[in-house]
Amino acid sequence: MKQSRRNALKAGAALAASTALPRFAIAQGGTVKIGMSMPQTGSLGAGGQAALLALRMWVDEVNVRGGLLGKRVEFIVYDDQTNPANTPGIYTKLLDVDKVDLLIAPYGTVPTAPIMPLVKERRKLLMGNFSFQVNAKVQHDMWFNNSPWNDATSWSDGFFRAGTKAGAKTTAILAADNDFAQSLANGARTLAKKGGIKVVYDQNYPPATTDFSSLIRAIRAAKPEMVFVMSYPNDSVAIIRAVNEIGLGSQVQVFGGGMVGLQFTPIMSSLGGLLNGVLNYNSYVPGMKYPGIEDFLKRYAARAKDAKVDPLGFYLPPFNYAIGQMLEQAVNGTNSIEDAKLAAYLKKTELRTVVGPIKFGKDGEWASARVVQAQFRGIADKDVEQFRSPNKQVVIYPDAYKTGEAITPFEKARKAK
Amino acid sequence: MKFWISCLVVALAAGGLAISGINEYFFFAAFVVLTYIVLATAWNILGGYAGYVNFGTSAFFGAGAYAAVVLFQALGAPLAVQIAAGALTGAALGFGVGVMTLRLRGIFFAIATVAVVFIMETLMINWRYVGGATGLQLQRPEVMAPFTTYARMLFVVMTLMAITAVGIARYIQTSWLGRGLRAVRDSEEAAEANGVPTLRLKLIACVVSGALMGAAGAPMPMYLSFIEPASTFSLNYAIGALAAPMIGGTIHWLGPVIGAIVLASLQQIVTVTISGEINVLVVGVLLVLFVILAPDGILGLFRKWLKSSSR
Amino acid sequence: MIFSFDLLFEAVLFGVLLGCFYAAVSIGLSVSFGLLDVPNVAHPAVMIVGSYFTYVLCSYGFDPIVAGVVLMPVFFVLGVLLYRFYYESFEKRGTEAGVRGLAFFFGIAFILEIALILGFGVDQRSVQAEYIGSSWELGEYRIPYRMLVAFGVALVLTASLTLYLSKTFTGRAIKAVAQDEPALRLMGANPVRIKQWAFGIATGVSALAGAMVIIIGPVEPAMDRIFIGRTFCVVVLAGLGSMTGTLGAGLILGISESIVLMFFGASWAPAVAFGLLLIVLGIRPQGLFGR
Repeated sequence: MKQSRRNALKAGAALAASTALPRFAIAQGGTVKIGMSMPQTGSLGAGGQAALLALRMWVDEVNVRGGLLGKRVEFIVYDDQTNPANTPGIYTKLLDVDKVDLLIAPYGTVPTAPIMPLVKERRKLLMGNFSFQVNAKVQHDMWFNNSPWNDATSWSDGFFRAGTKAGAKTTAILAADNDFAQSLANGARTLAKKGGIKVVYDQNYPPATTDFSSLIRAIRAAKPEMVFVMSYPNDSVAIIRAVNEIGLGSQVQVFGGGMVGLQFTPIMSSLGGLLNGVLNYNSYVPGMKYPGIEDFLKRYAARAKDAKVDPLGFYLPPFNYAIGQMLEQAVNGTNSIEDAKLAAYLKKTELRTVVGPIKFGKDGEWASARVVQAQFRGIADKDVEQFRSPNKQVVIYPDAYKTGEAITPFEKARKAK
Repeated sequence: MKFWISCLVVALAAGGLAISGINEYFFFAAFVVLTYIVLATAWNILGGYAGYVNFGTSAFFGAGAYAAVVLFQALGAPLAVQIAAGALTGAALGFGVGVMTLRLRGIFFAIATVAVVFIMETLMINWRYVGGATGLQLQRPEVMAPFTTYARMLFVVMTLMAITAVGIARYIQTSWLGRGLRAVRDSEEAAEANGVPTLRLKLIACVVSGALMGAAGAPMPMYLSFIEPASTFSLNYAIGALAAPMIGGTIHWLGPVIGAIVLASLQQIVTVTISGEINVLVVGVLLVLFVILAPDGILGLFRKWLKSSSR
Repeated sequence: MIFSFDLLFEAVLFGVLLGCFYAAVSIGLSVSFGLLDVPNVAHPAVMIVGSYFTYVLCSYGFDPIVAGVVLMPVFFVLGVLLYRFYYESFEKRGTEAGVRGLAFFFGIAFILEIALILGFGVDQRSVQAEYIGSSWELGEYRIPYRMLVAFGVALVLTASLTLYLSKTFTGRAIKAVAQDEPALRLMGANPVRIKQWAFGIATGVSALAGAMVIIIGPVEPAMDRIFIGRTFCVVVLAGLGSMTGTLGAGLILGISESIVLMFFGASWAPAVAFGLLLIVLGIRPQGLFGR
């Protein structure tokens, strides 16, 4: 748990000191405190660091504009190390020791799930951060998620369609035993049943698993035509490597689906050519037309270079910046920082963000989903900049963003340019 | 008599704090300190009095926590029932483990207890009803008056549990049971030769110890509103429960109490001011220092100081 | 659960490679605990430190095995110092110190683990090498090269140490100390110096074992905990003091773990070592080949 309070204060002080920037009603008395924990180390760490940079960008920019309600925004962040056991303590501390006004959730389902009951009990608004179905059981009415998916259908549909289009009738399901993967796997099983797809292999693995060669062998023996994997970054990397070591068999049409981490720039560049042919989800790939995204990515890239973080900033940063934008609109729209008032505003308003318009539906998730399934093609090793080109990740679903068809079977897609 | 009066004072003080206006975080931190008082006292019954080093505190603690979760999920059981279930589960596990391993000497017993921790963790990982490796979100029930928050109520409950644990440890220490266990610790062979029923004594100590650890684990899921196997069965509880008596002193029931207060408070302060993992370093370093330099713990140092200053 | 003899054969094959690896990581403990009776619970933690040092050397371009070998003398010295310290603080003071000695090593294990977290963070670390990532295609079967490399190194290590202990003078002195310390003293040899040397060797071997761990897969600081189960399982199953037994016990553990992994899933595999340990302690505490 690293205390980034000093960094936040330093940024604020530097900003106030820089006379070159236009000054509006810069806060004289009082601050608005926004607090969160962010996984900056551990499995989600690579993604979390990029996401955090985008949030800091927003905090700095909003303070230049005069802060929220005329008060400077103070940003307090801790590192939860992707460990769900750490977040209840951190959020209790944020509320009782740091006395923050507004809460943002940590990036990811796994660190967020434990704090849902706590936040509901304390009647606090929580801005969700790329969690999947984490509010389904708790039903907190002040939860608003920034991720472009809602239920399992929005996610799995594209993957299954690509497979069945190629004639696949069977699937394997390999899921980590954590909140995210289990929710997604449950949804996938229901969808498979509805679509007449037979599940020939269905296994969970504990999150600490590092060697997947036995599991991949067992999958291969089951001869599935689709392999749907729901994994967290460390496992995603290990699974990709194991698939390259052991092989899945020539009958597999599509492989991937729900592998977190293959969207993080450091992981993409370290896996390189091993990614070819993998059909996986994403929130944004180059080429998708969101208003304002190009400008955001440019501003982000400049800061990322100094901070030595993910230089591309595709997957999480735009959506984390959007959290800030949504909070700003809600605070300005209600002229208050009271959780209940902000929640009411967010529920009924269509918000304008750098990833397009966001309207919330059931359970605080998006009314209409926008998650894409894209296939990696022609990736070379050790080249980060190649990922800026749109044809390295070909979007095959949904139709609104489609740029090509999936190449099947998987073995063929691995060799395609 | 003096002892029970002091306990009453402590209980009343806890109650007073719980309805005062003191910062909420105090209760969050104090709960952990009190938990370690119970765990350390429980550990010392087998470890200090009988000399059998238990590395597996986490197994009993976790078993109690999961027993509470099962009852909560299945029957909506109130906290008191959950604690009772935790104690019973801890006792049963203590009996089972004791029967299997108390015939082994020293390090074999210790390693066997580590094995129990991992096996318990694996069993919970594979049990979907309690959430498997994913874990479970738990919604706490509404808190009763006079408490304004659930954390304050847990604080008082834990204080009462600590008093009970210390009372039990004191009774054992001063009774025939304590004398028998001391004989086992000093020389098990001599004790057996003299007709002391060593296995039975050790088993009783193991069962009582396990029951207290299980009881301590039961409120944890409600404390966090969440449970998952990895952190519940973390070896961090094992080393804390072992370090506290080593730091405080293992011969007398006061030792684990002092050790737990010193250790756990230091850990909480470090967690809030520096970082989360340095607090485990604190345990390790203090344990090694005391074990090398002050084998009789703080109580031992105090006694030596008393002796030298009375000259 | 899909069962086929093909899968069973692959599981056993993988298990043999894994088992030899487990034997190699346990052999240091076989010497320090099996022969010298030092309750060294920190042995896996020292090994993981070795893995991290291997990682550091590899980032300078060393091959992981070379890094492991280079670290061996360094760890030998560390082992000598650690034993000396343990002896002065505990062993000399008698059997009451046995409990404290255990607590001491437990504390050391935690300190090492946290030191790694503070130094390297909680993220996984792995190394790259020619032989990591590809496999040997044997008909239908694919055997990862990293397993073969670890297997080879493990065999060489186990064989050399066994030969050393039975054929050289110092080696036999170590075994003698284990069997009858007073007699050795009467013969004019200094048992403390011999034990020191032996503990140094045990720790030096851990360095190479650590290199193998990071070759086989990524490491993270808390990994020493599960290795406590594996190493003690092998040592206890083998029987204290038996070096060749370590190989046999390692194979038993490796194959059992591999079969459970293949047919019962990854969620049961971590309990195999600990379960086997409990069973052995319950039924036959002296192990299969022990004295």
